[in-house]
Amino acid sequence: MNLLKGTVAGLAMTVGLAASAQAAELSGTLKIFSDMSNPAPRAVIEQLAADFDALHPDLTVELTVIDREAYKTQIRNFLTANAPDVANWYAANRMRPYVSAGLFEDVSDLWQEPEIAENLASTKGAMTLDGQQWGVPYTYYQWGVYYREDIYKELGLEEPKDWEGFKSNCQKILDSGRKCFTIGSKFLWTAGGWFDYLNMRTNGYDFHMALTNGEIPWTDDRVRATFAHWRELIDMGAFIDNHQSYSWQEALPFMVNGEAAAYLMGNFAVAPLREAGLTDEQLDFYQFPAINPDVELAEDAPTDTFHIPSGAQNKEAAREFLRYVVSADVQTDINGGDKLGQLPVNSASSVDDDEMLNQGFEMLSSNSPGGIAQFFDRDAPAEMASVAMEGFQEFMVFPDNLDDILNRLEKTRQRAY
Amino acid sequence: MSDRLMPQSERAPSWIRRNRQAMAPFLFLLPGVLFFLFYVIFPVIQSFNLSFYRWDGLGEPVYVGLENYTELMDDRAFEVSLWNNFKWLFLYLLAIPAGLAIALFLNQNVIGIRLYKSLFFFPFVISQVVVGLVFSWFYDPSFGLLNQILGFFGFGTLNVLGDPTLVTYGIIAAGLWPQTAYCMILYLTGLNAVDPEQVEAARLDGAKGLRMLWYVIIPQLRPATFIAFVVTIIGALRSFDLISIMTNGGPFGSSRVLSFYMFEKALSEYGFRMGYGAAIAVVLFLIMLLFIGYFLWSMYQEEKGGR
Repeated sequence: MNLLKGTVAGLAMTVGLAASAQAAELSGTLKIFSDMSNPAPRAVIEQLAADFDALHPDLTVELTVIDREAYKTQIRNFLTANAPDVANWYAANRMRPYVSAGLFEDVSDLWQEPEIAENLASTKGAMTLDGQQWGVPYTYYQWGVYYREDIYKELGLEEPKDWEGFKSNCQKILDSGRKCFTIGSKFLWTAGGWFDYLNMRTNGYDFHMALTNGEIPWTDDRVRATFAHWRELIDMGAFIDNHQSYSWQEALPFMVNGEAAAYLMGNFAVAPLREAGLTDEQLDFYQFPAINPDVELAEDAPTDTFHIPSGAQNKEAAREFLRYVVSADVQTDINGGDKLGQLPVNSASSVDDDEMLNQGFEMLSSNSPGGIAQFFDRDAPAEMASVAMEGFQEFMVFPDNLDDILNRLEKTRQRAY
Repeated sequence: MSDRLMPQSERAPSWIRRNRQAMAPFLFLLPGVLFFLFYVIFPVIQSFNLSFYRWDGLGEPVYVGLENYTELMDDRAFEVSLWNNFKWLFLYLLAIPAGLAIALFLNQNVIGIRLYKSLFFFPFVISQVVVGLVFSWFYDPSFGLLNQILGFFGFGTLNVLGDPTLVTYGIIAAGLWPQTAYCMILYLTGLNAVDPEQVEAARLDGAKGLRMLWYVIIPQLRPATFIAFVVTIIGALRSFDLISIMTNGGPFGSSRVLSFYMFEKALSEYGFRMGYGAAIAVVLFLIMLLFIGYFLWSMYQEEKGGR
């Protein structure tokens, strides 16, 4: 641990030297409000703040960590009333309310700098609204199917490459007395993940984006095709029963106990699965297979971000902090397996040597030609997302209500955009 | 005598001095009235006003007239919430007879009765959040006690909190647990005040059992019943925490009540439709106003009778 800290400090020093060479020494106070309240992310932001503080002797860094869920509502108050210099948030449409209210600082100038422009190109789109950039990403993670390798081996199954394989695998798993997929849809968004993938595989990335942007009616036949695929799985009994009563964490034991063979989830599910006792031999990952061979594969990879509120006092220091966070070495460090355990946003960084991260990095960098989506509730505006995800949950329990659900979503679409 | 002379001794008695008697009550009321105006009346007016706007809490509010209300008219989620509110109001009242029954049962002198009373009162002392958690474990479809019991008798599993038709009743049952305890304590104190001579007299006249209860005891418990009614109605209308803990409004919004729906629309992660939320709040306020009006009226009647 000490050795590690030494290396980190060393890294920080080199980065700092490079940075201070170009910028005048920073002074004053840098106030950071962060939603990185879970244990691992908390350690990361505390370390970032401390290292940045050490780099700039005249600058005092004040860090406030706020509970991740509470942050989502508090951000409105502090952005208008008592703005910090740096704040966490999410990419894509989730930024929209603050961007349109003029509460986020336009940081397009940072994105002009070659260091950022070249290395962060892959996430530029997610940070862009109205042609400007409004923040920088610091981490992202892949979504995909995490499955019980040992159960697949026991039943002689391969990672599926197409929809037929996906379903025939599932049938064999069902025949062995297990469920194919665990899911906890109590808080709705997990069902949004299923919709994202089914829709992107059925109709492609561009259609999906147009749909979440409100350009396509929900009663469209292509949307129905997506739900028809979903229904095939539901009718097979692929999902665990009573999923509407569980949170995503409460759905984990089904997979740990071997009652369900797989979980469509973000990479953050890996840590609790490993903690629950699953070894690397038992746990593996595959990309959601193609459904319609004519559409290019596209993935969900939600990006978490840093922004400068427009009411910030020390914008110069804030910009320097953003540069610091996205720099290659810091990215490698904070996204390492012992820290965030996710993917670095800087293409000059290296990915931690972890089975899941490697597969995820490989998938996102070379096998996602269609595009990279954020996630349903980040791509669609809040009002549409909440009504739609509620509809998805209802559909998963009562697939016969589909017409009614789609009409409701369509009504919301006509009002929300 | 000297009092009457006092004003004459001062040449120009000030207005305040002359009206001291009449002013005093208003002066004493003033702080309370100011707080009430500022923290209750003013926000109520503000909500009414806000319900005519479209506002996301950040930008400029846009006046939309009655648009929020017309949208409420054909919003199914609103309809479901409204019905659930009525279910809550109606079924929550079961706490009153249940509380009375337990109070009558506990109103006796045996060794350790204080302990039993406190045990029965216990659910009201613990937080609603804990009550919600305990009941969601009780209802849990895979390991919950309810399904263990059902399984023991050979019935299939019942996912109370995942079934849109059962969920509201399931949560109300959880809410009744502490509320019954509350009504019980009200009745226990009420039973202390029952006049033993009247009971004696009734007994001499040959009344016992239910007749005694109905004609002698319950009329004397009227004040307790009134308070129990008031707190139960209020409890039913603020049934927010249990819903939030047990189902978060789900499955697919079928356990929401108006207060929860308002919170979701105005203040939750996907909300921030302040105007729409305010419109829901106004409807909730009007429902409450019916009851508040009734309570005030009946208290006024009582006061008049007491004079």
